[in-house]
Amino acid sequence: MTIESWLQAAIEDAEHRGLPELKPMLEALARATAALRQSLVSQSPVGQAATAQSRVRGVRSASAIRPS
Amino acid sequence: MMTIEEFGRRLRAKEITSEQVTEECLERIEADNDRLNAFICVMADTARQRARQADQELAAGRDRGPLHGVPLSIKDLLDIRGVATTAASRVREGHVADRDAATIAHLRQAGAVFVGKTNLHEFAFGTTNEDSAFGPARNPHDPSRSPGGSSGGSAASVAAGMALASIGTDTGGSIRIPAAACGIVGLKPSAGEVSTDGVVPLSTTLDHVGSLAQSVADATLVHHALLGDPTVSPPAPMPTSGLRLAVPRRYFCDLLDDEVRARFDEAIARLGAAGVHVDDIEIRHAADIAPIYLHIVLSDAAAYHAHALETVPQRYTAAVRLRLEMGRYILAEDYVRALAGRQVLRREVDAALTQHDALLLPTLAIPAPPIGAETVQVGNAAESVRNIMLRLTQPFNLTGHPAISLPSGMTSGGLPCAVQLVGCTGQTDALLRVAMACEVHISGVLTSG
Repeated sequence: MTIESWLQAAIEDAEHRGLPELKPMLEALARATAALRQSLVSQSPVGQAATAQSRVRGVRSASAIRPS
Repeated sequence: MMTIEEFGRRLRAKEITSEQVTEECLERIEADNDRLNAFICVMADTARQRARQADQELAAGRDRGPLHGVPLSIKDLLDIRGVATTAASRVREGHVADRDAATIAHLRQAGAVFVGKTNLHEFAFGTTNEDSAFGPARNPHDPSRSPGGSSGGSAASVAAGMALASIGTDTGGSIRIPAAACGIVGLKPSAGEVSTDGVVPLSTTLDHVGSLAQSVADATLVHHALLGDPTVSPPAPMPTSGLRLAVPRRYFCDLLDDEVRARFDEAIARLGAAGVHVDDIEIRHAADIAPIYLHIVLSDAAAYHAHALETVPQRYTAAVRLRLEMGRYILAEDYVRALAGRQVLRREVDAALTQHDALLLPTLAIPAPPIGAETVQVGNAAESVRNIMLRLTQPFNLTGHPAISLPSGMTSGGLPCAVQLVGCTGQTDALLRVAMACEVHISGVLTSG
Protein backbone atom coordinates (compact mmCIF):
# COMPACT_ATOMS: atom_id res chain seq x y z
CA MET A 1 0.00 0.00 0.00
CA THR A 2 1.42 3.38 -0.89
CA ILE A 3 1.63 6.03 1.77
CA GLU A 4 -0.57 8.30 -0.31
CA SER A 5 -3.40 5.76 -0.58
CA TRP A 6 -3.02 4.81 3.08
CA LEU A 7 -3.20 8.44 4.17
CA GLN A 8 -6.28 9.16 2.09
CA ALA A 9 -8.07 6.11 3.49
CA ALA A 10 -7.03 6.93 7.05
CA ILE A 11 -8.24 10.53 6.85
CA GLU A 12 -11.57 9.44 5.35
CA ASP A 13 -12.03 6.85 8.07
CA ALA A 14 -11.16 9.33 10.83
CA GLU A 15 -13.68 11.84 9.48
CA HIS A 16 -16.29 9.10 9.19
CA ARG A 17 -15.66 8.26 12.86
CA GLY A 18 -16.08 11.87 13.91
CA LEU A 19 -12.38 12.53 14.48
CA PRO A 20 -11.45 15.16 11.86
CA GLU A 21 -8.84 16.59 14.24
CA LEU A 22 -6.75 13.48 13.53
CA LYS A 23 -5.98 14.74 10.02
CA PRO A 24 -2.83 16.79 10.82
CA MET A 25 -1.59 14.02 13.09
CA LEU A 26 -2.09 11.40 10.38
CA GLU A 27 -0.25 13.66 7.93
CA ALA A 28 2.64 13.85 10.40
CA LEU A 29 2.51 10.08 10.81
CA ALA A 30 2.63 9.70 7.03
CA ARG A 31 5.85 11.74 6.96
CA ALA A 32 7.31 9.51 9.68
CA THR A 33 6.24 6.40 7.76
CA ALA A 34 7.90 7.73 4.62
CA ALA A 35 11.09 8.28 6.62
CA LEU A 36 10.84 4.77 8.04
CA ARG A 37 10.40 3.18 4.63
CA GLN A 38 13.28 5.17 3.16
CA SER A 39 15.52 4.26 6.08
CA LEU A 40 18.12 1.61 5.39
CA VAL A 41 17.76 0.19 8.86
CA SER A 42 14.23 -1.05 8.32
CA GLN A 43 15.23 -3.07 5.26
CA SER A 44 16.69 -6.09 6.90
CA PRO A 45 19.48 -7.31 4.57
CA VAL A 46 20.75 -3.81 3.87
CA GLY A 47 20.39 -2.96 7.51
CA GLN A 48 22.65 -5.83 8.52
CA ALA A 49 25.31 -4.66 6.09
CA ALA A 50 25.02 -1.15 7.45
CA THR A 51 25.56 -2.44 10.96
CA ALA A 52 28.76 -4.16 9.98
CA GLN A 53 30.02 -0.89 8.52
CA SER A 54 29.02 0.93 11.67
CA ARG A 55 30.93 -1.51 13.83
CA VAL A 56 34.15 -0.74 11.97
CA ARG A 57 33.47 2.95 11.59
CA GLY A 58 32.50 3.39 15.24
CA VAL A 59 35.93 2.24 16.29
CA ARG A 60 37.87 4.01 13.56
CA SER A 61 36.12 7.33 13.95
CA ALA A 62 36.70 7.52 17.68
CA SER A 63 38.90 10.58 18.10
CA ALA A 64 40.05 11.82 21.44
CA ILE A 65 38.82 15.31 22.22
CA ARG A 66 40.67 15.40 25.50
CA PRO A 67 43.88 13.55 26.28
CA SER A 68 43.62 11.09 29.12
CA MET B 1 16.21 16.42 52.37
CA MET B 2 18.61 13.69 53.44
CA THR B 3 19.61 10.88 51.11
CA ILE B 4 18.66 7.26 51.74
CA GLU B 5 22.27 6.57 52.68
CA GLU B 6 22.26 9.34 55.29
CA PHE B 7 18.83 8.24 56.53
CA GLY B 8 20.15 4.71 57.05
CA ARG B 9 23.20 5.87 58.98
CA ARG B 10 21.20 8.16 61.24
CA LEU B 11 18.38 5.64 61.71
CA ARG B 12 20.76 2.96 62.90
CA ALA B 13 22.59 5.49 65.10
CA LYS B 14 19.19 6.16 66.69
CA GLU B 15 19.40 9.87 65.79
CA ILE B 16 16.12 9.71 63.87
CA THR B 17 13.19 7.35 63.43
CA SER B 18 11.32 6.32 60.33
CA GLU B 19 8.19 7.76 61.89
CA GLN B 20 9.81 11.21 62.25
CA VAL B 21 11.13 11.33 58.69
CA THR B 22 7.89 9.97 57.27
CA GLU B 23 6.02 12.67 59.16
CA GLU B 24 8.35 15.31 57.70
CA CYS B 25 7.57 14.02 54.21
CA LEU B 26 3.84 14.12 54.92
CA GLU B 27 4.19 17.69 56.22
CA ARG B 28 5.97 18.70 52.99
CA ILE B 29 3.19 17.08 50.98
CA GLU B 30 0.58 18.91 53.04
CA ALA B 31 2.43 22.20 52.58
CA ASP B 32 3.33 21.96 48.88
CA ASN B 33 1.04 19.55 47.08
CA ASP B 34 -1.56 22.18 46.25
CA ARG B 35 1.19 24.14 44.50
CA LEU B 36 2.98 21.21 42.79
CA ASN B 37 0.17 18.65 42.33
CA ALA B 38 2.75 15.90 42.62
CA PHE B 39 0.46 13.39 44.37
CA ILE B 40 -2.81 11.88 43.21
CA CYS B 41 -3.26 9.93 46.44
CA VAL B 42 -1.55 10.52 49.80
CA MET B 43 -1.40 7.40 51.97
CA ALA B 44 -0.78 9.20 55.25
CA ASP B 45 -2.38 6.72 57.67
CA THR B 46 -0.81 3.58 56.22
CA ALA B 47 2.53 5.37 55.86
CA ARG B 48 2.55 6.32 59.54
CA GLN B 49 1.56 2.78 60.47
CA ARG B 50 4.31 1.19 58.35
CA ALA B 51 6.91 3.66 59.62
CA ARG B 52 6.00 2.85 63.20
CA GLN B 53 6.25 -0.85 62.38
CA ALA B 54 9.67 -0.32 60.78
CA ASP B 55 10.92 1.41 63.92
CA GLN B 56 9.56 -1.38 66.12
CA GLU B 57 11.19 -4.05 63.95
CA LEU B 58 14.54 -2.31 64.10
CA ALA B 59 14.29 -1.91 67.86
CA ALA B 60 13.59 -5.64 68.05
CA GLY B 61 16.69 -6.43 66.01
CA ARG B 62 15.10 -7.05 62.62
CA ASP B 63 16.87 -4.98 59.95
CA ARG B 64 15.48 -5.43 56.46
CA GLY B 65 18.34 -3.57 54.78
CA PRO B 66 19.00 -0.14 53.27
CA LEU B 67 15.34 0.65 52.45
CA HIS B 68 14.12 -0.24 55.95
CA GLY B 69 11.74 2.54 56.99
CA VAL B 70 12.51 4.73 53.94
CA PRO B 71 9.59 6.93 52.76
CA LEU B 72 9.07 6.42 49.01
CA SER B 73 6.52 7.73 46.52
CA ILE B 74 5.12 5.48 43.79
CA LYS B 75 4.01 6.49 40.30
CA ASP B 76 0.29 5.88 40.04
CA LEU B 77 0.83 3.34 37.30
CA LEU B 78 1.96 0.56 39.65
CA ASP B 79 -0.48 -1.54 41.65
CA ILE B 80 -0.49 -1.27 45.42
CA ARG B 81 -2.89 -3.76 46.97
CA GLY B 82 -6.12 -2.10 48.12
CA VAL B 83 -5.37 1.24 46.44
CA ALA B 84 -6.67 2.63 43.14
CA THR B 85 -4.25 2.65 40.21
CA THR B 86 -5.58 5.60 38.23
CA ALA B 87 -2.87 5.96 35.57
CA ALA B 88 -3.99 9.61 35.82
CA SER B 89 -7.03 8.72 33.74
CA ARG B 90 -10.79 8.70 34.20
CA VAL B 91 -10.76 5.52 32.10
CA ARG B 92 -9.60 3.73 35.26
CA GLU B 93 -12.41 5.05 37.49
CA GLY B 94 -13.47 2.42 40.01
CA HIS B 95 -10.28 0.38 39.77
CA VAL B 96 -8.72 -0.90 42.99
CA ALA B 97 -5.67 -3.17 42.84
CA ASP B 98 -6.27 -6.59 44.33
CA ARG B 99 -2.55 -7.34 44.68
CA ASP B 100 0.82 -5.63 44.68
CA ALA B 101 2.90 -5.20 41.55
CA ALA B 102 5.94 -7.47 41.75
CA THR B 103 8.20 -4.50 42.42
CA ILE B 104 5.90 -3.15 45.13
CA ALA B 105 5.97 -6.56 46.83
CA HIS B 106 9.77 -6.43 46.76
CA LEU B 107 9.80 -2.91 48.25
CA ARG B 108 7.38 -4.03 50.95
CA GLN B 109 9.74 -6.88 51.82
CA ALA B 110 12.59 -4.36 51.94
CA GLY B 111 10.70 -2.36 54.58
CA ALA B 112 9.92 0.71 52.45
CA VAL B 113 7.16 3.11 53.52
CA PHE B 114 4.79 4.27 50.75
CA VAL B 115 3.74 7.88 51.33
CA GLY B 116 1.49 8.07 48.28
CA LYS B 117 0.95 7.68 44.55
CA THR B 118 2.24 10.33 42.21
CA ASN B 119 0.80 12.21 39.27
CA LEU B 120 1.78 11.35 35.71
CA HIS B 121 0.96 12.06 32.10
CA GLU B 122 -2.21 10.07 31.41
CA PHE B 123 -1.29 6.40 30.88
CA ALA B 124 2.37 7.52 30.77
CA PHE B 125 1.76 8.68 27.21
CA GLY B 126 3.52 12.05 27.22
CA THR B 127 6.58 13.94 28.34
CA THR B 128 5.13 16.99 30.11
CA ASN B 129 2.60 15.66 32.65
CA GLU B 130 0.05 18.19 31.33
CA ASP B 131 -2.55 15.67 30.19
CA SER B 132 -3.67 14.20 33.50
CA ALA B 133 -7.20 13.70 34.80
CA PHE B 134 -5.90 15.29 38.00
CA GLY B 135 -4.35 18.37 36.40
CA PRO B 136 -0.69 18.98 35.61
CA ALA B 137 2.10 18.34 38.07
CA ARG B 138 4.45 21.30 38.40
CA ASN B 139 8.20 21.74 38.61
CA PRO B 140 9.51 22.61 42.11
CA HIS B 141 12.21 24.83 40.54
CA ASP B 142 9.54 26.92 38.78
CA PRO B 143 5.89 25.91 39.15
CA SER B 144 5.00 27.62 35.86
CA ARG B 145 7.04 24.90 34.16
CA SER B 146 6.59 21.20 33.54
CA PRO B 147 8.39 18.73 35.81
CA GLY B 148 8.84 16.55 32.71
CA GLY B 149 7.04 13.31 32.26
CA SER B 150 5.58 10.99 32.29
CA SER B 151 6.82 10.37 35.87
CA GLY B 152 6.54 14.09 36.63
CA GLY B 153 4.89 13.76 40.01
CA SER B 154 7.55 11.27 41.09
CA ALA B 155 10.40 13.63 40.18
CA ALA B 156 8.67 16.64 41.75
CA SER B 157 8.03 14.68 44.95
CA VAL B 158 11.73 13.84 45.37
CA ALA B 159 12.99 17.28 44.35
CA ALA B 160 10.58 18.90 46.82
CA GLY B 161 11.50 16.61 49.74
CA MET B 162 8.13 14.85 49.84
CA ALA B 163 9.83 11.45 49.59
CA LEU B 164 13.42 10.25 49.77
CA ALA B 165 13.07 8.50 46.38
CA SER B 166 10.37 7.42 43.96
CA ILE B 167 9.50 4.58 41.63
CA GLY B 168 8.73 5.47 38.03
CA THR B 169 8.39 3.90 34.63
CA ASP B 170 10.24 4.74 31.43
CA THR B 171 8.97 3.90 27.94
CA GLY B 172 10.71 6.66 26.00
CA GLY B 173 12.43 8.58 28.78
CA SER B 174 9.70 8.89 31.41
CA ILE B 175 12.13 8.45 34.33
CA ARG B 176 15.16 10.24 32.87
CA ILE B 177 13.28 13.24 31.40
CA PRO B 178 11.58 14.31 34.67
CA ALA B 179 14.72 13.51 36.66
CA ALA B 180 16.62 15.87 34.35
CA ALA B 181 13.92 18.56 34.48
CA CYS B 182 13.79 18.45 38.30
CA GLY B 183 17.52 18.12 39.02
CA ILE B 184 17.66 14.60 40.46
CA VAL B 185 19.02 11.18 39.42
CA GLY B 186 16.89 8.85 37.26
CA LEU B 187 17.77 5.25 36.40
CA LYS B 188 16.29 3.19 33.58
CA PRO B 189 17.75 -0.30 34.01
CA SER B 190 18.32 -2.82 31.22
CA ALA B 191 15.25 -4.00 29.36
CA GLY B 192 13.55 -6.88 31.12
CA GLU B 193 15.72 -6.61 34.23
CA VAL B 194 13.02 -5.27 36.58
CA SER B 195 9.57 -6.84 36.47
CA THR B 196 6.72 -4.86 34.92
CA ASP B 197 4.11 -7.23 36.36
CA GLY B 198 1.33 -5.18 37.94
CA VAL B 199 2.22 -2.04 35.98
CA VAL B 200 -0.30 -0.52 33.53
CA PRO B 201 1.51 -0.92 30.20
CA LEU B 202 2.17 1.68 27.54
CA SER B 203 4.31 -0.55 25.32
CA THR B 204 5.14 -3.98 26.64
CA THR B 205 8.34 -4.04 24.58
CA LEU B 206 9.57 -0.59 25.63
CA ASP B 207 8.39 -0.25 29.25
CA HIS B 208 10.94 -0.24 32.09
CA VAL B 209 10.49 0.23 35.87
CA GLY B 210 13.19 2.19 37.68
CA SER B 211 14.09 4.72 40.34
CA LEU B 212 14.22 8.47 40.80
CA ALA B 213 16.56 9.44 43.62
CA GLN B 214 18.84 12.09 45.03
CA SER B 215 22.12 10.32 44.25
CA VAL B 216 23.54 7.42 42.29
CA ALA B 217 24.10 5.52 45.53
CA ASP B 218 20.41 5.92 46.41
CA ALA B 219 19.36 4.85 42.92
CA THR B 220 21.52 1.76 43.35
CA LEU B 221 19.86 0.87 46.65
CA VAL B 222 16.36 1.28 45.22
CA HIS B 223 17.28 -0.61 42.05
CA HIS B 224 18.40 -3.63 44.03
CA ALA B 225 15.32 -3.50 46.20
CA LEU B 226 13.17 -3.49 43.03
CA LEU B 227 15.02 -6.66 41.98
CA GLY B 228 14.13 -8.31 45.29
CA ASP B 229 17.72 -8.01 46.51
CA PRO B 230 17.38 -5.37 49.25
CA THR B 231 20.51 -6.00 51.29
CA VAL B 232 23.06 -4.92 48.65
CA SER B 233 25.19 -1.91 49.56
CA PRO B 234 26.29 0.61 46.93
CA PRO B 235 29.57 -0.49 45.38
CA ALA B 236 32.69 1.60 45.79
CA PRO B 237 33.05 3.92 42.79
CA MET B 238 35.72 2.92 40.33
CA PRO B 239 38.63 5.31 39.79
CA THR B 240 37.97 7.91 37.10
CA SER B 241 41.44 7.55 35.68
CA GLY B 242 41.21 5.03 32.89
CA LEU B 243 37.46 5.32 32.41
CA ARG B 244 36.53 5.57 28.73
CA LEU B 245 33.38 7.41 27.71
CA ALA B 246 32.05 7.94 24.18
CA VAL B 247 30.11 11.02 23.07
CA PRO B 248 27.81 10.40 20.08
CA ARG B 249 27.94 13.94 18.70
CA ARG B 250 25.95 13.67 15.50
CA TYR B 251 22.18 13.73 16.09
CA PHE B 252 22.57 13.64 19.90
CA CYS B 253 24.30 17.03 20.10
CA ASP B 254 22.81 18.62 16.97
CA LEU B 255 19.77 20.18 18.62
CA LEU B 256 20.53 21.54 22.08
CA ASP B 257 19.56 24.63 24.00
CA ASP B 258 22.65 26.84 24.37
CA GLU B 259 22.80 26.54 28.15
CA VAL B 260 22.21 22.78 28.08
CA ARG B 261 25.11 22.52 25.62
CA ALA B 262 27.31 24.72 27.83
CA ARG B 263 26.62 22.60 30.94
CA PHE B 264 27.32 19.44 28.91
CA ASP B 265 30.64 20.76 27.61
CA GLU B 266 31.61 21.87 31.12
CA ALA B 267 30.85 18.39 32.46
CA ILE B 268 33.04 16.84 29.75
CA ALA B 269 35.84 19.23 30.67
CA ARG B 270 35.59 18.33 34.36
CA LEU B 271 35.57 14.61 33.53
CA GLY B 272 38.63 15.09 31.33
CA ALA B 273 40.43 16.94 34.11
CA ALA B 274 39.62 13.99 36.41
CA GLY B 275 41.37 11.60 34.04
CA VAL B 276 38.39 10.25 32.12
CA HIS B 277 39.17 9.55 28.46
CA VAL B 278 36.40 10.95 26.26
CA ASP B 279 36.07 10.03 22.57
CA ASP B 280 33.68 11.19 19.90
CA ILE B 281 31.85 8.35 18.17
CA GLU B 282 29.01 8.04 15.69
CA ILE B 283 25.80 6.00 15.77
CA ARG B 284 25.11 5.89 12.08
CA HIS B 285 21.36 5.48 11.94
CA ALA B 286 20.49 7.74 14.85
CA ALA B 287 18.39 9.92 12.56
CA ASP B 288 16.02 6.97 12.07
CA ILE B 289 15.30 6.63 15.78
CA ALA B 290 12.18 8.80 15.95
CA PRO B 291 10.16 7.11 13.16
CA ILE B 292 11.14 3.67 14.44
CA TYR B 293 10.10 4.55 17.99
CA LEU B 294 6.86 6.18 16.87
CA HIS B 295 5.63 3.17 14.91
CA ILE B 296 6.34 0.78 17.77
CA VAL B 297 4.99 2.80 20.69
CA LEU B 298 1.85 3.93 18.87
CA SER B 299 1.01 0.40 17.73
CA ASP B 300 1.64 -1.19 21.12
CA ALA B 301 -0.36 1.48 22.96
CA ALA B 302 -3.26 1.31 20.51
CA ALA B 303 -3.47 -2.46 20.91
CA TYR B 304 -3.75 -2.17 24.70
CA HIS B 305 -6.31 0.67 24.56
CA ALA B 306 -8.45 -0.55 21.64
CA HIS B 307 -11.36 -1.72 23.80
CA ALA B 308 -11.50 1.44 25.94
CA LEU B 309 -11.21 3.63 22.84
CA GLU B 310 -14.35 1.92 21.51
CA THR B 311 -16.33 1.92 24.74
CA VAL B 312 -15.31 4.96 26.83
CA PRO B 313 -13.39 7.33 24.52
CA GLN B 314 -14.77 10.41 26.27
CA ARG B 315 -12.95 9.46 29.46
CA TYR B 316 -9.51 10.08 27.96
CA THR B 317 -7.96 13.53 27.87
CA ALA B 318 -8.37 14.84 24.34
CA ALA B 319 -4.68 14.84 23.40
CA VAL B 320 -3.96 11.33 24.67
CA ARG B 321 -7.07 9.94 23.01
CA LEU B 322 -5.99 11.35 19.65
CA ARG B 323 -2.47 9.97 19.97
CA LEU B 324 -3.86 6.54 20.81
CA GLU B 325 -6.28 6.72 17.88
CA MET B 326 -3.39 7.55 15.55
CA GLY B 327 -1.78 4.24 16.46
CA ARG B 328 -4.79 2.33 15.17
CA TYR B 329 -3.94 3.37 11.62
CA ILE B 330 -0.38 2.02 11.48
CA LEU B 331 0.05 -0.77 8.95
CA ALA B 332 1.46 -4.13 10.04
CA GLU B 333 4.17 -3.91 7.38
CA ASP B 334 5.42 -0.63 8.86
CA TYR B 335 5.40 -2.05 12.38
CA VAL B 336 7.58 -4.91 11.14
CA ARG B 337 9.91 -2.44 9.43
CA ALA B 338 10.23 -0.59 12.73
CA LEU B 339 11.04 -3.83 14.57
CA ALA B 340 13.79 -4.56 12.04
CA GLY B 341 15.17 -1.06 12.46
CA ARG B 342 15.16 -1.52 16.21
CA GLN B 343 17.47 -4.53 15.90
CA VAL B 344 19.91 -2.53 13.79
CA LEU B 345 19.97 0.31 16.31
CA ARG B 346 20.56 -2.16 19.13
CA ARG B 347 23.61 -3.58 17.35
CA GLU B 348 24.91 -0.10 16.57
CA VAL B 349 24.77 0.96 20.23
CA ASP B 350 26.41 -2.35 21.20
CA ALA B 351 29.17 -1.58 18.70
CA ALA B 352 29.62 1.94 20.05
CA LEU B 353 30.16 0.47 23.52
CA THR B 354 32.72 -2.18 22.59
CA GLN B 355 35.68 0.01 23.52
CA HIS B 356 34.01 2.28 26.07
CA ASP B 357 32.57 1.98 29.56
CA ALA B 358 29.55 4.12 28.70
CA LEU B 359 28.09 6.61 26.28
CA LEU B 360 27.90 10.21 27.50
CA LEU B 361 25.24 12.58 26.14
CA PRO B 362 22.73 15.16 27.38
CA THR B 363 19.50 13.75 28.79
CA LEU B 364 17.13 16.55 27.84
CA ALA B 365 17.89 18.95 25.00
CA ILE B 366 16.03 21.82 26.66
CA PRO B 367 15.41 23.02 30.21
CA ALA B 368 11.94 22.27 31.63
CA PRO B 369 9.42 23.87 29.23
CA PRO B 370 6.61 26.21 30.31
CA ILE B 371 3.36 24.37 30.99
CA GLY B 372 1.16 24.66 27.92
CA ALA B 373 3.96 25.24 25.42
CA GLU B 374 3.59 23.18 22.24
CA THR B 375 6.86 24.35 20.72
CA VAL B 376 10.15 25.69 22.08
CA GLN B 377 12.81 27.70 20.34
CA VAL B 378 16.10 25.85 19.90
CA GLY B 379 18.57 27.92 17.94
CA ASN B 380 16.66 29.40 15.03
CA ALA B 381 13.97 26.73 14.88
CA ALA B 382 10.72 26.13 16.75
CA GLU B 383 10.74 22.50 17.83
CA SER B 384 7.83 20.36 19.03
CA VAL B 385 8.08 20.04 22.82
CA ARG B 386 7.16 16.35 22.73
CA ASN B 387 9.67 15.48 20.00
CA ILE B 388 12.58 17.40 21.48
CA MET B 389 11.98 16.02 24.97
CA LEU B 390 12.02 12.41 23.73
CA ARG B 391 14.88 12.87 21.31
CA LEU B 392 17.82 11.80 23.51
CA THR B 393 16.19 9.20 25.74
CA GLN B 394 13.93 7.11 23.46
CA PRO B 395 16.86 5.46 21.63
CA PHE B 396 17.74 3.41 24.70
CA ASN B 397 14.19 2.18 25.21
CA LEU B 398 14.41 0.84 21.68
CA THR B 399 17.81 -0.76 22.26
CA GLY B 400 17.24 -1.81 25.89
CA HIS B 401 20.57 -0.46 27.17
CA PRO B 402 20.62 0.76 30.79
CA ALA B 403 20.78 4.56 31.10
CA ILE B 404 21.04 6.96 34.00
CA SER B 405 20.46 10.71 34.11
CA LEU B 406 22.62 12.85 36.41
CA PRO B 407 22.25 16.56 37.25
CA SER B 408 24.91 18.69 35.51
CA GLY B 409 24.25 22.17 36.84
CA MET B 410 21.69 24.88 36.26
CA THR B 411 20.77 27.41 33.62
CA SER B 412 21.13 31.11 34.40
CA GLY B 413 17.39 31.05 35.05
CA GLY B 414 17.74 28.41 37.76
CA LEU B 415 16.52 25.38 35.81
CA PRO B 416 18.34 22.05 36.03
CA CYS B 417 20.37 20.50 33.19
CA ALA B 418 21.41 16.87 33.03
CA VAL B 419 23.61 14.38 31.25
CA GLN B 420 23.00 10.74 30.57
CA LEU B 421 25.31 7.74 30.83
CA VAL B 422 24.40 4.63 28.83
CA GLY B 423 25.93 1.25 29.63
CA CYS B 424 26.11 -2.21 28.10
CA THR B 425 22.98 -4.33 27.96
CA GLY B 426 22.54 -6.45 31.06
CA GLN B 427 25.21 -4.51 32.96
CA THR B 428 23.24 -2.00 35.00
CA ASP B 429 25.52 -2.49 38.02
CA ALA B 430 28.59 -1.69 35.91
CA LEU B 431 26.84 1.46 34.66
CA LEU B 432 26.03 2.44 38.25
CA ARG B 433 29.69 2.10 39.20
CA VAL B 434 30.68 4.36 36.30
CA ALA B 435 27.97 6.83 37.29
CA MET B 436 29.17 6.87 40.91
CA ALA B 437 32.67 7.67 39.74
CA CYS B 438 31.47 10.45 37.42
CA GLU B 439 28.68 11.92 39.56
CA VAL B 440 30.65 14.60 41.39
CA HIS B 441 32.46 15.69 38.22
CA ILE B 442 29.25 15.86 36.18
CA SER B 443 27.43 17.86 38.83
CA GLY B 444 30.35 20.17 39.41
CA VAL B 445 29.40 20.31 43.07
CA LEU B 446 32.17 19.11 45.36
CA THR B 447 31.01 17.21 48.41
CA SER B 448 32.87 16.45 51.58
CA GLY B 449 33.61 12.91 52.64
